[in-house]
Formats: sequence, C-alpha cells, structure tokens
Amino acid sequence: MIADTLAEVLARNALITAFLFIGVLVWVSYFLSARLTSGRVHGSAIAIALGLVLAYIGGSYTGGSRGIADLSLFAGVAVMGGAMFRDFAIIATAFGAHLDELKRAGLVGGISVVLGVVLSFSVGAGMAVAFGYTDAVSISTIGAGAATYIVGPVTGTALGADSDVIALSVAAGLTKSILVMIGTPLVAARIGLTDAYSAMVYGGLMGTTSGVAAGLAATDPKLVPYGAMTATFYTGVGCLLAPSVLFLTVRTLT
Amino acid sequence: MVVYGVALLSFCMLVGVFVGDLLGQMIGVEANVGGVGVAMLLLILLSNLHDHGLKISAPTESGINFWNAMYIPIVVAMAAKQNVLAALSSGGLAIAAGTTAVVASFLLVPAMARLGRARDR
Repeated sequence: MIADTLAEVLARNALITAFLFIGVLVWVSYFLSARLTSGRVHGSAIAIALGLVLAYIGGSYTGGSRGIADLSLFAGVAVMGGAMFRDFAIIATAFGAHLDELKRAGLVGGISVVLGVVLSFSVGAGMAVAFGYTDAVSISTIGAGAATYIVGPVTGTALGADSDVIALSVAAGLTKSILVMIGTPLVAARIGLTDAYSAMVYGGLMGTTSGVAAGLAATDPKLVPYGAMTATFYTGVGCLLAPSVLFLTVRTLT
Repeated sequence: MVVYGVALLSFCMLVGVFVGDLLGQMIGVEANVGGVGVAMLLLILLSNLHDHGLKISAPTESGINFWNAMYIPIVVAMAAKQNVLAALSSGGLAIAAGTTAVVASFLLVPAMARLGRARDR
C-alpha cells in the first residue's frame, strides 16, 4: 500500500519528481567528478553522460522514444527537459552576455551557420552514397538528417522521401546531437573552444541546439549564450537550403 | 520583484519565438528561424537600457538568474529524454552519417575561428 501510494504521488506530481530526480543525479555526478576524477571531468559532463545512459535504459525497457521519461515515474523529465524549458533557460543565459562579443563574431558566426549546414549535408550525403543510395531524394534526406534531426524530416517530407529514409535521417541527426553532447568537452581544448568568439563559430558549425547546449554546459557554461545564439539559426537555414539549393545540386550530380 | 524578472524573460522568449516563426513563414520553411537567438538579443538589449531609465533591480535580476542557474539541470533532463536507443539501433548508415558530420564540423572550428580573427585584424 505504501509503495503504491508513493508511486502514485510521484507520478501525479511528475514535474516536481523530475526536479528531485535530476537534482540527485546532478549531485551524484558532481560527487563522482570530485572523488573519482579530482574534478578533471566536469560534473555536468558526467551528469549529461549519465542522463544519456538512463535514456538508453529507459528506451530499452519501454520501447518508447522519450528515454527515461517513458517510465511513468519519470514522465516529468520530458517536461523539464522539453524544448520549452530548454529555450527558456538558454535565453536566461544571455543575461550577462556581452553585446560587443556578439557583434565581433557576428559575421563569422553567420558564415559558420551556412558553412556548417553545407558541410554536414555533404558529409551525410556522401555517406548515403557510400552505403548504396543512388536517388537524389534519399541522398538529400539523409544528408539533411546529418544537419539536424529536424532538417532531415522537413527535407524528406518536402521531397517526398520514403518513411524509412526519413526515419534514418532522424537517427543520423540524433547520433550527431548525442555525439556533440559527449564529444565537445573532450575536444574543446584541442579545437580552441575557449572563448566567446570560437563558441559562436562552434555553435554555427554544429547547429544542433540540444547538442550545443549540452556540449557547452559540460565544457564551460560561460560560453553557452554565444554558441546557442548561432546554433539557433542553423535548423532554419538548414530547412531553407537542404530541400532547395542542396537538393538541386545533388540531383545534378546523380 | 522576482516575478518581474521571470516575466521579462517570458516576454523576450515569446517575442523571439513569434519573430522566428514569422521569419520561417516568410522564407517558406516549416521551422522557427532563430527565435531563441532573437529572444537572447532582446534580453541583452533590454538589460543594457539602465542608462535610459530601465533599471533592473536585484530581485528582478534574481528571477532571471534562477533560470540561468537551472540551465544545466534542464540540459541533464534533456539528455535523459533523448531517443538514444533509436540512434544506437538504427544501423551503420545513420551512425556513420552523424559521426562524420560531427568530426568534420569539429575540425572546421579552429580554421573558421582563425580565418575570422585574421579578417578582423
């Protein structure tokens, strides 16, 4: 009876349960960071990695698409980690950002967005060709998925791609976003991701808002507003270029 | 009042997302174009108006800073709700396409940053 009542209370107050759950998860992560790595691996990097592991476990257990949030006890995690709160918190990080820094890297940040879309699209399209796809629609859809998991299905739908190709493009975008979350803190020093300027270039080139948001949080939270600022334009530019100019280029080449 | 800060943040987000949606419709894509970026710019502009009579008091500031501090926990929650299973079980092509795109983009970061800085000088 006690366990049932407790489970019911936790499920009924889902968002509050999520606050507690994530709080404990972050605490454990910072504890591990301090004790096991003497602070070398950032606590937030561990927390994000643990979050992804839990998402995998949740997905395997329920077969759903929302990671741990598909377990009714943790349904609130989907609200807390949903796009609405994510964007709200990203915007809040801009409070205290320097306008001068944004202006200084504005142009190169903008160029990075366009270049980033073209680069990810080309690489993804190249992989599609390498795996035996020959029609321009499928190649473009998978290339668009390598930009972000939103550009993929938007492009695929616009071009009339098969639903399994669209699913593949979403998976390519998911892989990208997860890899950016985990990889950014590991390569940050080597790629010179240390100041506002490089963060704007990085945000523009990577483009995946969730990947950039988590990657910078695990690297240096001070860089978040700069990377997020450019990344937020990426999906829009991708949805503009992929089904038009980039698709036409692919069609000419195939 | 703390709620003024939260309201200011909400105002910036709603205006930004609205502008982003309009921008998307104008260029004919089914996506929000830079809504969050516009919201961030608006917040920065509004918070720099103290010389022009818009003073943000300390309690108001704490309403914004609370959400700023909640950023990492929210991102952790976001990670925990990702469809990691779909990404990992989708087979070679999706993983190869995603991975090479990330590696190529990482490699371009230092080059672009250097080019940009060289041009600035």
